[in-house]
Amino acid sequence: MEIKREDILHLADLSNFSLSEKEAKSLEGDLSNIIKYISQLDKLDTKNIEPTYQVFEMDNIWRADEILEQDAKREDLLALTKESKDNQIKVPKVL
Amino acid sequence: MKIANKTVSAERLVRDALEKAKHFADYNIFTFLNEEGAIARAREIDARIKKGEKVGRLAGVPYAMKENFLSPDGETTASAHILQGFTSPITATSIAKLEEEGAIMIGRTNMDAFAHGSSTENSYFGPTLNSHDKTRVAGGSSGGSAVAVALDIVEFATGTDTGGSIRQPASFNGIYGLKPTYGCISRYGVVAMASSTDCIGFFTKTPDDMDLLMSIASGQDSKDLTTLPDYYNNEEKNPNPQKIGIIKDFDNDSVDSEIRNALASKIDLLKTKGHEIIELEMPALKYALAAYYIIVPAEIASNLSRYDGIRYGFRSDDSKDLDTLYNNTRNEGFMPENKRRIMIGNFVLSSGFYDAYFLKAAKARTLIIKEYKNAFKKCDYILTPVAPNPAFKLGEKTGDPVAMYLEDVMSVPLNLAGVPGLTIPAGKTKNGLPIGLQLIGPRRSDKSLIKFSKELM
Repeated sequence: MEIKREDILHLADLSNFSLSEKEAKSLEGDLSNIIKYISQLDKLDTKNIEPTYQVFEMDNIWRADEILEQDAKREDLLALTKESKDNQIKVPKVL
Repeated sequence: MKIANKTVSAERLVRDALEKAKHFADYNIFTFLNEEGAIARAREIDARIKKGEKVGRLAGVPYAMKENFLSPDGETTASAHILQGFTSPITATSIAKLEEEGAIMIGRTNMDAFAHGSSTENSYFGPTLNSHDKTRVAGGSSGGSAVAVALDIVEFATGTDTGGSIRQPASFNGIYGLKPTYGCISRYGVVAMASSTDCIGFFTKTPDDMDLLMSIASGQDSKDLTTLPDYYNNEEKNPNPQKIGIIKDFDNDSVDSEIRNALASKIDLLKTKGHEIIELEMPALKYALAAYYIIVPAEIASNLSRYDGIRYGFRSDDSKDLDTLYNNTRNEGFMPENKRRIMIGNFVLSSGFYDAYFLKAAKARTLIIKEYKNAFKKCDYILTPVAPNPAFKLGEKTGDPVAMYLEDVMSVPLNLAGVPGLTIPAGKTKNGLPIGLQLIGPRRSDKSLIKFSKELM
């Protein structure tokens, strides 16, 4: 399957990237090649095969419903952000 | 490995390691040297030894930590621009366990940004050079850790292996590298790449060192609910002799002839020691790479959506509104390979393509797991090359993402199945480049796998 410019722009939108013209052009070629490679899975017969999403022998794990002490404190986490005020993270306007 | 005691001080061991790290600065191994922190910790251990107090099994042992492990010592950037400036307030469980036993981190090691790559060339800090040939790649993504051990700077180094990122650089640098069974070591406090295949493991110079590290690091962790109860320290040793499987499909012209010769000579060695060789047919394995480059990018797209410049790390300046801030931060902060993988992930998960790609790959994964299960009914271990070629030239594959992905063709099937694999040094090419083979076992066979690797020495 060939990847066109409009596909790249749609995927960039889904991925939150503001691509430059140069990047979009090179991604067009790269993504087409990658998708061509992964498309060879078509040849594998998977009729009546169930999918596997994880390899851990998963069981529900229960614990007491209580608040545990966390490794990081609120002030440690707020210290990591560029701008904060009154215990909140400051961002540019939303709308 | 050399452990601090009454005759050799921890400070001496740490100072020697730091000196060697500086001596080999041109290899671009370390993104951070923990000089003050490491020396202070060494002095604490020396004081305890002097007082005759009990010290851990890794007392004063200098080690290197891959850049994607969280700890308050230095920034955790995963060698990506978008995490510049991030110093973690928490410590990874695996790191806490090593340090409880007295190990001392002397530096953080370079990697492909977010572990996306097979050469350590996709790093914000530039490439790490191969320990045996400076014109060649270190392998990746844990390239810095592999070279730090291969050049004898440290006794061991930590790594992560999502599709070969420990085994391939171990092979390219002539040392041991283990990807344990999925769930053996806690992933808590390690930058997530693909949660269903990510594994924590180590680089060492000997199987015995690997065994010691595994006995310390493995076990259940309430902070990572995919960890298994500790089986490593309770595993029964398999009896000798063994049945060793070899995969016919991997013995073809796409594999370097010197690697095929190295495999053949190890097979002869095993036969002379009384082990039986079984030929295996595993036809679904040739689809593993395609399935991997669908499943893993899908998980990457999800895991890396958290990097938005708001809470930590790099934030793009002068954005007029929140959406522009997200888009500019992510565009400036990710490396090209990060963007390719995120976009492929969003492609295979998007409506209209989900069934043809993601669901199809998840079904292929079932078939691959089944092939390993059947194989391990016929044999105890499987021996294959780690990669189709020895270390390649710097820049040789950076322009062609698919060529770089093909590096992982023999290493990714294990991650999809969750089985362990150990890279074993197997000589050198006529040009002096290390050759590595991987010994693969069924789930939870990590300990006997390490023990059995001595048969190949």
